[in-house]
Amino acid sequence: MNGGGPQSWLFRPYALTGGRTVAAVDLALETLVLTTETGRRALASVPSEQRTILRLCREAISVVEVAARLDVPLGVARVLVADLVVAGSVQLHGSALPDPGATGYRALLEKVLHGLDEL
Amino acid sequence: MASMSSDITTMPLKIVVAGGFSVGKTTFIGAISEIDPLATEAAMTDRSIGIDDRGGIATKTATTVAMDFGRIHIGSGMVLYMFGTPGQERFWFMWENLVQGAIGAVVLVDTRRIEDCFPAIDYFEQLGIPFVVGINCFEGAPLHAAEEVREALGVQAPVILMDARERVSVKKTLKRLLEHAISQTAIAGPTARR
Repeated sequence: MNGGGPQSWLFRPYALTGGRTVAAVDLALETLVLTTETGRRALASVPSEQRTILRLCREAISVVEVAARLDVPLGVARVLVADLVVAGSVQLHGSALPDPGATGYRALLEKVLHGLDEL
Repeated sequence: MASMSSDITTMPLKIVVAGGFSVGKTTFIGAISEIDPLATEAAMTDRSIGIDDRGGIATKTATTVAMDFGRIHIGSGMVLYMFGTPGQERFWFMWENLVQGAIGAVVLVDTRRIEDCFPAIDYFEQLGIPFVVGINCFEGAPLHAAEEVREALGVQAPVILMDARERVSVKKTLKRLLEHAISQTAIAGPTARR
């Protein structure tokens, strides 16, 4: 992104979030992000970073992928995605892994094992 | 093979790939990932930007860590993300993010530097996170039987010989992790984790 040391890129990416470091919505690394109809209609009117995210997320990708493809720190991506959630421009799909003691946990693991087997 | 799903019912899942520096975490992920491994950077100060006041010039300081990850769609409606842990211990701040909600972990071991995996094993054992140990077979590394290594590590977890470069071997390791995690549900009750 630029030739500066570790400190220098922090300035610009956080300029994207107006200096904010805490996202409005709690986002796990693997939470999937998908652009909504509202988001598609907003493409022309949003800042370029948000537009890039809305395009990236036309097919659901994870928060961490948004960060990697946008080439911004994870914290910045979380803030930007959270803003889009609040605006209704993207929807989220988090991991549905139940707690280890809960019903359905074992069944889900077996489903994953079966899926791996078929790879 | 499962196709890319853009519908809203795809469920993300994740596992963590841990182990010392250069043990083969990214190789492991790359061997099975449907995308080339990507890197993400996180700043320790993401949640608390500190501003040093030095003669009136505000500077921000940060420790940053890069992590590699990959993904693979499996079954119908699931996508498995695989995250490589930061190699050095001082990046513990990221581990909570990585393991929260994860199915479990694969700890890779290089028999030439076996102690490099101790911190990861300690961490997963303390939190009750299911894990398997994969002895990544490097050229010139001493050959040990899996059982020997298991005793040396003092773990109950499965230990298997594997090759992080080979998709078949990586798949086998992941399956072993799932089998182990499933077996843990039979043994332990709701209080097993955390």
